Amino acid sequence: MTRKLNTNRYLDYNASAPIRPNVISAMQEAMHLVGNPSSVHKHGREVSKSLAEARDILTETVGAKNSRVIFTSGGTESNNLALHGRKIGTTMVSDIEHDSVLFAADAQHRISVNLDGVVDLTRFEEIFSRRTSPSLISVMLANNETGVIQPLHEISSIAHHHGCLVHCDGVQALGKMDINMSDLGVDLLSLSAHKIGGPKGVGALIISDNVKIGPQLIGGGQEYSLRPGTENFISISGFAATLADIQAQAEEISRISTMRSNLENKLRKAFPDVEVFGRNSPRLINTTCVRMRGLPAETQVIALDLAGISVSAGSACSSGKVTTSHVLKAMGLSSAIANETIRISIGWGTTDDDIASATKAWIELQEKALLGDFLGEHQTT
Amino acid sequence: MNNRKDKVVVAMSGGVDSSVAAALMVQEGYEVIGLTLQLYNNNHTKSRTRTCCAGQDIYDAKKVADKLDIPHYVLDYEEKFKSEVIDDFKNSYISGITPIPCVRCNERIKFRDLLQTARELGAKSLVTGHYVRQFESKNGVELHTATDKDKDQSYFLFATTCEQLRYLNFPLGDLSKTETRLIALKHGLPVAAKPDSQDICFVPDGDYARTLEMLQPNAGEPGNIVLEDRTIIGRHEGVIRFTVGQRRGLQVPWKEPLYVVKLDPGKKEVVVGPRSSLKKASAFLQNVNWLDPFAGEQAELHLNVKVRSNSPGVPAKIKPHLHNGAKILFEGSPGAVAPGQAAVFYKGSRLVGGGWICK
Repeated sequence: MTRKLNTNRYLDYNASAPIRPNVISAMQEAMHLVGNPSSVHKHGREVSKSLAEARDILTETVGAKNSRVIFTSGGTESNNLALHGRKIGTTMVSDIEHDSVLFAADAQHRISVNLDGVVDLTRFEEIFSRRTSPSLISVMLANNETGVIQPLHEISSIAHHHGCLVHCDGVQALGKMDINMSDLGVDLLSLSAHKIGGPKGVGALIISDNVKIGPQLIGGGQEYSLRPGTENFISISGFAATLADIQAQAEEISRISTMRSNLENKLRKAFPDVEVFGRNSPRLINTTCVRMRGLPAETQVIALDLAGISVSAGSACSSGKVTTSHVLKAMGLSSAIANETIRISIGWGTTDDDIASATKAWIELQEKALLGDFLGEHQTT
Repeated sequence: MNNRKDKVVVAMSGGVDSSVAAALMVQEGYEVIGLTLQLYNNNHTKSRTRTCCAGQDIYDAKKVADKLDIPHYVLDYEEKFKSEVIDDFKNSYISGITPIPCVRCNERIKFRDLLQTARELGAKSLVTGHYVRQFESKNGVELHTATDKDKDQSYFLFATTCEQLRYLNFPLGDLSKTETRLIALKHGLPVAAKPDSQDICFVPDGDYARTLEMLQPNAGEPGNIVLEDRTIIGRHEGVIRFTVGQRRGLQVPWKEPLYVVKLDPGKKEVVVGPRSSLKKASAFLQNVNWLDPFAGEQAELHLNVKVRSNSPGVPAKIKPHLHNGAKILFEGSPGAVAPGQAAVFYKGSRLVGGGWICK
C-alpha cells in the first residue's frame, strides 16, 4: 500500500513522538536475535543478557535503587498494574491524571489542583487524618496537557509519614527532565517509550523492592511473575536505545527549551495578552497550552490541521473526537476558556521552521477569529 | 457561481446518503472536508463521565472519507445533543406530546452549531445528504421537495431559516435512492449496501418506551384507558407508550376499533375513541417559520399542508397571526393531528413555511 507523503508539521509530541533513527537501528539489530529470554541455551541467554542491560539503562535513567523493572505494553498497562496490583486499602489520585489512572483507580479521594496546575497540598494532612486514610496515592510527575511538574518530593514526604505508598505516572516527564525516583520518594513509577522517540507499545513499571503487588495477567514467571508472557524484546531494546540516545544528545533539552520559548515569545509579540496555562509553574520544556480567543478548540485543531500543522486539544482519543479537557477544568478554568485552549508539544525532531510555520498559522487563525472573518471576505471586497 | 476548488464541509453520518453527497462534491472538484457528529452514546453499561468510543457509524464515515481521500473529523456534540434534542424529546413525551427530534436536530444542531463550524473552517457551504432541493430565484432562496417523492425529507427541514438555507447545499435532491446507491457502488464506497437508518437515531430498535424508561426511570406510570366521556375501560402501562392516532397496543376489546385521541399525563389517562374522533377541522401553530418571507405578511393563504412527513398533505387555509403564530383550517382530512407535530405548508413543490401544532 502506498501512502501520500504527509507534509504536515508535527507538533504533537505529547501524543506520540516520531521514532529516533538510532532507535530504529537498535530495533533492527534486536530483530536478529533468535531466542526466548527464558530459554536455557545460548540463544536464549543472549536475549536474556540484552534484556538485563535494558533494565539497567532504565533504572540508571530514573535513579531507581533497590527496585524491579517490569516491562509492560505502555503507560496505560503500567498504571493499571500499579493501581490494581494492590487489593487492599483506599486510593487517592489527582484531578489531572491520565484516564488510565482516573478510571483504573476507582479512587475514594481526589486531590484538586490550583489555577497554576499544581496539586493542592493544603488539604493533604486533613485527608490523611481521616479514618479512610489512603494507602496509595497516585500523582503524575508532569501533566500531559500543560506540562506542569508536580511536587512529588513533598507529596511523598507527607504520604510516607502516614504510611501511604506513592505511585507516579512519569510517562510525560521521562526524557524531558531529570528524574530520580529515590530523591522523589516514589515507590512505583510508570514509564512509556513512544512519547520521546521510542516505539509504541512498550513501557515499564518500576517498583521499589519494599512494595508488594500482584499481577494483572496469569501465566508464566516472566517479569518477576508480575507480567507473564514472553518479553517484547525488540520494543524493549528500542526503549533502552531511546534513553541512551537522549543521554547522548546532551544539547537536546536546551534546544527544545529554546524553541518553545521562541514559540511562546512570538505568540506573545503578536498578542500581548495571550494566555499560556501553567506558565507560572515549573513546566516541561516542550509543552505549550495556549488559548485562542473566539474559536472552539476543536475548530482550531481542524483548521490548523488543514493549514498543515498537527496539534491537539486535550488528550488523544480513539475516534479522533475532540473533547473538552478535564485537566483545564480541574485547574478552575471555565468551560468557555477550556474549550478555546489547545496543546502544542515539540521534541527531538522539531525544527525552527516547524516553529515558524506553526506560529504563523496560529497567529493568522487568531486574527481571523478576532475579526470573525473566516472566508477572507474583507480582503477580497 | 461556485469556483472549483472552493472549500465545502460535508456532514457525514456514516450512512450511504451523506457518503454519496461527499463523493459527488469530490467528483465536482471541491476541496471537501468531512465532519461527523458524535451525538449520543448508546453504550449505557458504564456510567463514565467522559466517553471515548467510536460507534459503527463514525467508523463507517471515516472509512468513506479515507476512500475519498478527504480529511475527516469527529466533533463531540454529546452534551449539545442531549440538552437540545434528547431532553426535549423526553420532556415532550412526558407531557403527552409526540415530538419530532429530527427537526430539532436540524434546527439546533446541524444548521446552527455545525454550520457555524463550517463557516469557521472557511467553507463556502455546508453540504448534507438530505433529499431536498434548493434554488436561488429572483426573490431569494427557495426550498423544494426532492424529485423522488418517496425520499423527500423537506418536512424535517421546515425550521431552516433563509440565511441558513443560502449556505446549505443538497446534492441528492434530484436523485432516487437507487441512483444514490449506484453512485456509492461506482465510487467503491464501503457503505453502498448499508441499510437505510430507520426511525430516530438515538432510539435503538425503534423502542421508544425503553429509551424513555432509560432517560427517565419511572416515566411509565400506569393509569386508566378512558373513553371521551371518561368511562374507564382498561389499564395502560404509561402514557409515554402512546401517541395520538395510535391504534395498536391498547388491548381493550371493544365493539369498534379504538384510537388514542388524547393523552392526559396529569391524570395518567389515555383517552380513546372511534376514528371519527380523530377528525380535526383546524389547528393552532406556534413558532412558525416562513421560507417565503412575503407569505407571513399575508392575511390568508391557500396551501397544501402536511402534518407528517410521509402523507400527501391536504389543502388548507392558513391565517398567520402575530408572534409567529398561525391558524390552519383544513379543507380535507389530514389524519390524526397531535400537539408537538409539525404542520408544513407547500405550494407545489416549494416549502413555504411550517410551525409546531400547539392545539
